[in-house]
Amino acid sequence: MLNFALEVGKTHTPEAVLFWFLAPLAVLSALGMLMAKKAVHSALLLAWIMISLAIFYIAEDALFLGIVQVVVYTGAVMMLFLFILMLVGVDTADSLVENIKGQRAASIAAAIGLAGLLTSLIGRANMGRSAVGLTGANANGNVQGLAEQLFTKYVWAFEVISALLITAALGAMVLAHSQRIRSRTIQRDQSIARFRGSSLAEAAGLPGSGVYARHNAVDVPALLPDGTPAPTSISAVLEARGDMIESGTFALQPKEEEEN
Amino acid sequence: MDISNYLYLSAILFTIGAIGVVVRRNAIVVFMCVELMLNAANLAFVTFSRINGNLDGQVASFFTMVVAACEVVVGLAIIVTMYRSRRSASVDDASLLKR
Amino acid sequence: MTSSHLVYLIALPLFSSAFLILMGRKADKWGHIFATLISAAVFGVGVSEFMAMHSRAGDMRAVTQHLFSWISVGTFQVDASLLLDQLSICFVLLISGVGTLIHIYSIAYMSHDKDRRRFFAYLNFFIAAMLLLVLGDSYLNLYVGWEGVGLASYLLIGFWNQKPTYATAAKKAFVANRVGDVGLSLAIMIAFAQFGSVTFDGVKAGVHGASPAALTALGAMLLLAAAGKSAQFPLQSWLGDAMAGPTPVSALIHAATMVTAGVYLITRSNFIFDGSSTARLLVVIVGGITLLFGALIGTAKDDIKKALAASTMSQIGYMILASGLGPVGYAIAIMHLLTHGFFKAGMFLGAGSVMHGMDDEVNMRRYGAIGKVMPITFATFGLGYLAIIGVPPFAGFYSKDKIIEIAFNAGGTKGIILGGATLLGAAITAFYMTRLMVMTFAGSKRWDDKAHPHESPVLMWLPMVVLAIGSVATGFLFNSGNSLVNWLAPVLNPNNVESGSELMKPIVVSSLALLAVILGVALAVTKYRTVPVEAPEDVSIFTKVARRDLLQDAFNETVLMRPGQILTAGLVKTDYFAIDGLVRLIGAVVSGTSTFLRRIQNGYVRSYALIMVIGALALIATIWVVTL
Repeated sequence: MLNFALEVGKTHTPEAVLFWFLAPLAVLSALGMLMAKKAVHSALLLAWIMISLAIFYIAEDALFLGIVQVVVYTGAVMMLFLFILMLVGVDTADSLVENIKGQRAASIAAAIGLAGLLTSLIGRANMGRSAVGLTGANANGNVQGLAEQLFTKYVWAFEVISALLITAALGAMVLAHSQRIRSRTIQRDQSIARFRGSSLAEAAGLPGSGVYARHNAVDVPALLPDGTPAPTSISAVLEARGDMIESGTFALQPKEEEEN
Repeated sequence: MDISNYLYLSAILFTIGAIGVVVRRNAIVVFMCVELMLNAANLAFVTFSRINGNLDGQVASFFTMVVAACEVVVGLAIIVTMYRSRRSASVDDASLLKR
Repeated sequence: MTSSHLVYLIALPLFSSAFLILMGRKADKWGHIFATLISAAVFGVGVSEFMAMHSRAGDMRAVTQHLFSWISVGTFQVDASLLLDQLSICFVLLISGVGTLIHIYSIAYMSHDKDRRRFFAYLNFFIAAMLLLVLGDSYLNLYVGWEGVGLASYLLIGFWNQKPTYATAAKKAFVANRVGDVGLSLAIMIAFAQFGSVTFDGVKAGVHGASPAALTALGAMLLLAAAGKSAQFPLQSWLGDAMAGPTPVSALIHAATMVTAGVYLITRSNFIFDGSSTARLLVVIVGGITLLFGALIGTAKDDIKKALAASTMSQIGYMILASGLGPVGYAIAIMHLLTHGFFKAGMFLGAGSVMHGMDDEVNMRRYGAIGKVMPITFATFGLGYLAIIGVPPFAGFYSKDKIIEIAFNAGGTKGIILGGATLLGAAITAFYMTRLMVMTFAGSKRWDDKAHPHESPVLMWLPMVVLAIGSVATGFLFNSGNSLVNWLAPVLNPNNVESGSELMKPIVVSSLALLAVILGVALAVTKYRTVPVEAPEDVSIFTKVARRDLLQDAFNETVLMRPGQILTAGLVKTDYFAIDGLVRLIGAVVSGTSTFLRRIQNGYVRSYALIMVIGALALIATIWVVTL
C-alpha cells in the first residue's frame, strides 16, 4: 500500500484512480460520522477518514506527514478518543433530535454557504495555474527536507510548540485530578459498617464460593449446612449471565459411600 | 487529475466537520468533528505545499498536528471532568450561562 | 428713631401660637385664656407705642427696628426690619384691639368645640402674620406676612374641615388668594428690576425717575394682589364661601382686618399710584365695580353671614375706590377701613350671637322678632347698622360721606360716574342692611319651636358692646379737626392734593347721601313687612342672578375652570401619548431588540459555535466579494 501510494504521485492516472476511489469514501465516512447514533461508530469512521488522508498525504509527496498521521492520529489520538468513550459509556446512544429551535436549519444553510463559497474561491484561486510539485524540494528526501525546515527556519515555533505540548500534558493532569473528599475506606470501616447494617447475618462477610472437598470455583455456589446452595456466595453477574453451575451435583452422598 | 480536487475534498470535509460541531450534542463526537476540520485543513496545507513546490505547507501541517494533539489531551480531560461532575457528556447540559 | 419693642408685637403671638400647638391636649384647659392674654398684651404694647409716638413731633414719629440681615446678595440687601409709623399704628391698634375683643368673644363662642385650643393658636398666628404684614418695612417683609395671613385664613375657614364643603371653601379662598399673590410677587420683581430695592423707602426714592409704564405695571400688579386679598373684582368669589369659618373668624379676618390688607397695600404704595394715573384709574374702576357688585349680591342673600360678607366686599370697594382717587383719598380710605373694622366686626359678632342663640341657623327667613329675646345683640347690631348705612353722627356717616364727596370731586365725567356709583351703593347698602335688620330682629317670629333663642353670655356681648361704642364714636373722633387725616399726613403726603374742582358743596353731598339712605331704608321696610319662610321662587331674573352671586362662580367655572381642566386633560394626554409615548416607544424598540438578541444568548455552546460559523461565513463572503 505504501509503495503503491508512493508510486501514484508520479503519474496522473493512478493518482486519479486512487483519489476517485478514496475521496468519495472519505466524504461518505464523514457524513456517516455526522449521522451515526453511537459515538463509537463515529470514532471508527473518523479513523478511516484519517487513514484515507494519510494515504493522500503520501500520494502528495508528504511521506513523513502520512506516517505521522497514522501514528499520531489514527494511533494515539483516536485511541485516546476510544478510551474516553469507553470511560464515559460506550453504550450511550446520542439522540439526534434537535432541541434548539432553528439550529439545524441554520447550520445546514451556513454549511451550504460555506461549502459553496470555499469551492467557488478554490475554483477562482487556482485558475490558470499548474502545480510545481515537490520533486525538487524532496530531492534529499522528504524527512530530511522537513527536518531542515524545522530546525532552521521554524526552530522558534518548534520550541514554542514543545512548550505547548508540555503545558497541555500538565493541564490535562490538573483537570483530570480529582480531590478526595472523604477519607479512604479501610477494612476497619467496612467491618463497622457491616455490624451497623440492617442484619447481622452478613457480619462475618459473604460466604465464599465453591463446595468443600469436591469442587471449589467462583461459579459454583457454596452449600449451606442443610445442603441448599447459598445465593450470596457467588457474583450476581455470573448468576445473571447464566454461568452459574449447580452445586448440588457435587454434594457428598455419604450413604452410597458407606454401602460401597 | 486536477490537483485542486484535493482542495475541494478538503473544503467538503471541513464543512461536514463544521456541521458536526454545530449539530451533534455528544461532546466526544463534537471533538471528533473538530479533529476532522483540522485534518481537512491539513490536507489543504499539504496540497498547497505541493502546488507551491516547497515544504512550508507540510511544516505548518506538522505544527497543526502537534497543536491538535495538545488540544485533544486538554479537551478530553475537560470532557472527563464534565462527565464526572454531571454524569453526562452532552454539551447542551452545560448550559448554565443561558438567560 | 429706633425702638426695640416692635418685635414683641409679632413674637408674642407667634410664640403663643407655636406653644399652643406644640403643647397639644395638655393646654386644652387654659389655652384660650393664654392666647387671649397674649393678644391683650400685644394690644398693650401697641397702645404704649402709640402713646410714645403721640408724644413726639410729627416728623419724628416713625420708628424702626432692625432684626437681622435676611438676604444679602451682592448689592442687594434685604433686612428683616420693622417699621412702625402713623399708618402702621392705626392697623396695629385695630388688629390687636379688635383681635383681643374677638379672642374674648371666642372663649364663649367656641366653648363647646373640642378643638378650641387649636382655634386660638390659629387666631394668634393670624395676629402675628397680620402684624408682620403691616409692620414690614419692605415689600418682601410684607409678603411674608401676606402669605402668613393667607395661610391663617385658609386654616380658619377650613377649621371645621370635617365638612367637605367647608374644606372646599378654604381651598377656594386659598386658590383665589394665590392668584393675587402672583400679582404681589410680580410687583416685587418689577420693583427690584426697576429700583434695585424692595424697601418702601428704596422704591419711594426711585419712583421719581421711573418710567410711567413701569409704575403702571407695578400699580396694576399691586392692584391684582389687593384684589385677591381684599376680595375685589375679579377675584371676589371666595369671600362668600369663606363664611364657612367660625363667625369670630369672619368678624376678625373676613371683615375687620385681613381683607383690608389690600387697602393697606395701596395706601402704603401711595408713591407708586401717585406717579401713574392709569394705575389709579384701574383702582377706581375695580373699587367702583366691586362696591356695586357686593351691594347687589347683598340684596338677595338669605344667609345672614353671606349678606354681611357681600356687604364687606362692597365696603372694601368703597375703600379701594377712595384710595384710587389719589392723595386726597388715602386717609379717607383708611378712615373708612377703621370705622368699618369696628361696625362690621360688631355686626358679625352680633350675627354670631344670633346664630349662637338659634342653634347655628343662618337663614334669615327663619329668624324674625329676635330683637325681643336678644336685646343686647339687637342694640349693638342696631348701632352697627346705623353706622354702616351712614346715619349721622355714627361712624359710617363720616367716612362714607367723605368718600362720596371726593368721588364727586374727582372731576368731569369720571367724577359724576364715580359719585353716582357711590351714591347708588349707599342707597343699596341702606336697602340690604335694612332688609337684614328687618328680617332678623323685627317682624313676627318664624323659627320653629325647637329653637330657643336666648341672649348670649357676657363674654360674648361685652366685645359687641365695645365695638358698638366704637361704631358710634370713631367717626366723630377721627373727623373732629381732621385728626386722622393730619395724623396720617406725614406718611400719605396730603400736600400733594390736587386742587380738584368742587362739583357740589359738602352739605349738598351729605343731603343727597342721606336722601339715598332714606330711600333705601323706606323701600326695604315696605318690601319686607312680611317675610315668607321659604324664599319665593317666582322672582325676577335679576334676583335669581343676585342669589347666585351675580354668576361669579358660573363665570369662573365656564371661563377659567372648565378650559383649565380641558387644557390640563389635554396636557396630560399629550404627556402620556406624545412624550411618554415617545419614551415608551424607544424603550419598546430597545427592549424588543434585546428580547430578540437575547435569544442568541441561550447558553448552548452549540449555538455559539453556529454563530462563529456564520461569522466565518461572513468573513469568507467578504473575501469572496473583495477578490471578485
